[in-house]
Amino acid sequence: MKADGRALRGVVALALLGGFVLPIIAGFAQTARAAFGVLPAISAVDWSLDAWRALLDLPGFGTNLRLTLVTGVGSTVLALVLAAGFVALVYGRWAGLMGRALIPLLAAPHAALAIGLAFLLTPSGWIARMLSPGVTGWDRPPDLATVNDGWGVALIIGLLIKEVPFLLLIMGSALGQLPVRGQLAAGRALGYGRGMVWAKVILPQVYPLIRLPIFIVLAFSLSVVDLAIILGPSNPPTFSVAIVRWFSAPDIALILPASAAALMQVGVVAGAIGLWIVAEGVARRVGLWWLRRGGRGHSAGPGLWVAGGMVAVLFALGILALLSLLVWSFAWRWSFPQALPQSWSMRAWMTPGAGWGDAARATIVIGVATMLASLALAIAWLEGEDRARRGRAGWAQVMIYLPLLVPQIGFLYGLNVLFLQMGISGGMLAVIWAQMLFVFPYVMIALSDPWRALDRQHLRAAAALGASPWRRLVAVKLPMLVRPLMVAGAVGFAVSVAQYLPTLFMGAGRVATLTTEAVTLASGSDRRIVGVYAVLQAGLPFLAYGAALLVPALVYRNRRGLQGGAR
Amino acid sequence: MRPLIIAALSLGLGTPALADWQQTLDAARGQTVYWNAWGGDARTNAFIVWVGEQTEAKYGVKVEQVKLTDTATAVTQVISEKAAGKDSGGSVDMIWINGPNFLSMKEQGLLHGPFATDLPNARYLDLGPDAAASVDFTVPVEGYESAWRLARFVFTYDSAVVTEPPKDMAGFLDYAQANPGRVTHPDVSNFMGSTFLKQALVEFAPDKAALQAPVTEEAFAQATGFLWQWYDALRPLMWREGATFPENQSVQQQMLNDGEVDFGVSFDPASAAGAIAEGLLPDTARVFVPRDGSIGNISFVAIPYNAANREGAEVVANFLLEPATQAHQQNIEVLGSFSVLDATKLNAEEAALFANLPSSPALPRLADLGPTLLEPHASWMTKLVEAWGERYIK
Repeated sequence: MKADGRALRGVVALALLGGFVLPIIAGFAQTARAAFGVLPAISAVDWSLDAWRALLDLPGFGTNLRLTLVTGVGSTVLALVLAAGFVALVYGRWAGLMGRALIPLLAAPHAALAIGLAFLLTPSGWIARMLSPGVTGWDRPPDLATVNDGWGVALIIGLLIKEVPFLLLIMGSALGQLPVRGQLAAGRALGYGRGMVWAKVILPQVYPLIRLPIFIVLAFSLSVVDLAIILGPSNPPTFSVAIVRWFSAPDIALILPASAAALMQVGVVAGAIGLWIVAEGVARRVGLWWLRRGGRGHSAGPGLWVAGGMVAVLFALGILALLSLLVWSFAWRWSFPQALPQSWSMRAWMTPGAGWGDAARATIVIGVATMLASLALAIAWLEGEDRARRGRAGWAQVMIYLPLLVPQIGFLYGLNVLFLQMGISGGMLAVIWAQMLFVFPYVMIALSDPWRALDRQHLRAAAALGASPWRRLVAVKLPMLVRPLMVAGAVGFAVSVAQYLPTLFMGAGRVATLTTEAVTLASGSDRRIVGVYAVLQAGLPFLAYGAALLVPALVYRNRRGLQGGAR
Repeated sequence: MRPLIIAALSLGLGTPALADWQQTLDAARGQTVYWNAWGGDARTNAFIVWVGEQTEAKYGVKVEQVKLTDTATAVTQVISEKAAGKDSGGSVDMIWINGPNFLSMKEQGLLHGPFATDLPNARYLDLGPDAAASVDFTVPVEGYESAWRLARFVFTYDSAVVTEPPKDMAGFLDYAQANPGRVTHPDVSNFMGSTFLKQALVEFAPDKAALQAPVTEEAFAQATGFLWQWYDALRPLMWREGATFPENQSVQQQMLNDGEVDFGVSFDPASAAGAIAEGLLPDTARVFVPRDGSIGNISFVAIPYNAANREGAEVVANFLLEPATQAHQQNIEVLGSFSVLDATKLNAEEAALFANLPSSPALPRLADLGPTLLEPHASWMTKLVEAWGERYIK
């Protein structure tokens, strides 16, 4: 049985290595060549450090880096604190309600949310329109930097709206593995306040389980492009936006320093993760000292309410942002300071021929294909682990999550060259492959814990009755896991829908999805058409999450024990 | 419309060039041309769809627009393909291009050509050595790209808010002093943002002829002295004190519509009329140009050296030059961009196509637009963007 498992694991590992890791390394190699001066296509043939010198001399370089670090690290720390505080506040009270409220925010792609949020917050935006001129006395919008501000506050808010729900989801699933209720009761009995029990007892146990997702959030925040273009400062912008601008400058020679910058971006992410690990060590010592002091104070109570309040405000902003896009998609003229459009129109929705029909179809085809392939691969991997009766080795963990930890811009350009050499660029297949790099890890995140938490008694019973490993997988495990499988599928589908850079690069611009169209149209900034795309973009994953909740309930309507599932 | 085109085509059949053209038409039949074009303007996108319908019906050539956020994306794609050794069957068939991107591609040998002068409809163009369709930012076109639409730098404003728009670029400083925070321009990394600076450069440069030659350090220092003085005074009075800028012209147009700023910029004299029709600007929106004229250039289409559907792309480029196509394009309800054809080369019937187009109060007459100022040599723009970055990106 062990050999069987090893073989299965070997096959999956090879598929991952050949399909994911090698292409990424090859992509990096291409980028690195250009960073050190070699890109024969633009007649650059001599190895040199000129590209790095040019990079250091590019105006705004220092500010680019500072902005990236402040917004990236700042939003990650804040997201963690807020999510932890919020969970402590609502655990066991309104968790079900909050879980449902999270779905639209999790499902909405970053670009759509950012466009809505920009409209909400800008001085001529929805909030200002609702308050003007009555409350504010403005009959024309004031010159205030509420979005694209120089400190990146709007960008941090945008990141928080996406990351807090993600961390809450992850924490929810981690808490499922801990005896939280009992520990809470014990803590309270010993005289600790609710907040104190969470801070001193539960969070230290949760943290190791959510460490990897935190790194993913950190890496993402440090290298995000679309959100930073729409909400971040523009002059100078964050490092990743600057890199994209350098890659697409009319002066072709800038591709060389841009490649150097793309490599450096990898260093920035690695450095930030390194710093985080150092900070963890410090926090561990301080935390132990604090624990041993044994204070039972109730003082964390107000802190929890502040965190809870801030999260509620973030959620409200996110929901309003999405709602504003829905309103825009039905608007004709809507000018400041009207709280609602002066005139309405279905025009933006009436012209599917101009793009959204085809884009929606392509998005669904790619999303379903990517999701199914990733699910199949994930099931194969997890089953391999089961049969080999071993947990996941560190290297395997790194291999699976590598695509989420390294900045896309670092290898996508090189990967495109590689795909071109193999003659598979510009097609659906190339896009599906490239998207799987990012979809598979999320499917693994969503599926791993429920899979491990599966009640092994049933499997032992099946084995005792003579069922083969395959039969146990198909007849026992998968049916019991329908709910987590559906959730993992929905997560995978949502991630696929949101992919921008991989679709753009690998599709050679020919594969138009809702997201590529929405980002392109956002540069044209007709909010009504962007509204249509954003509504569809957020709506498709929303349907997928809805199906993930509904289907198990229907399939198992006669099997109450499975409805809660192994979640 | 159709008999006219057939008549035009039959006119010169039999000459060797047109016999070649028949071969091109035969080869093009059944091809799909991937036209890489900035996709931020819904009207342009719709026009490209229309072009595809027409060429498919007439020549069996389909057109698919690859919607770009930035033209350089297509340039990068061709470079990637060259890096990968893919010298034929490339994915980019045609690019809407001009200025620095054209210069880059031409210098790197990334373009197919010369083809433009051999297109049958090139006879409607003035292709004299200094004519607008023969030079692109003073770089000789030499048949490596074909004209398709005329661009004139204009400002848009709401006549209900601004009663007296500035007379020239210097006037923007007076306006900003009286109305701080109401003037801005697109980010200088964007084409329109750098055009705003170029318009001022052309206005302030003591020696305008120097701008037509490739830039030198000395010429640059001389030409930009007053420009920086003016800009240093203007910047703190701009929207957000000149610390941040809208990403591109469309974002700025939205800000004009939202009332956050008082002016928009555009390369299309019909932009205000078009935006009103689309509901994107108030009915009182108008355009104006500086008193002494504004920068103008021509938008071209070019074909990469490795294009898979080169013949189809040539057929589409030729179709774009049909008088009927140009008249359709000039229609305010379609695109409203002025024709690139030489009016003196049109016969009465062709000229009539242009005379009978609908009008709009927001559409300027040709006379209102004043003289067209020449684009500086492309190297000036690159240098200007660089120098601006050094001065103002901190």
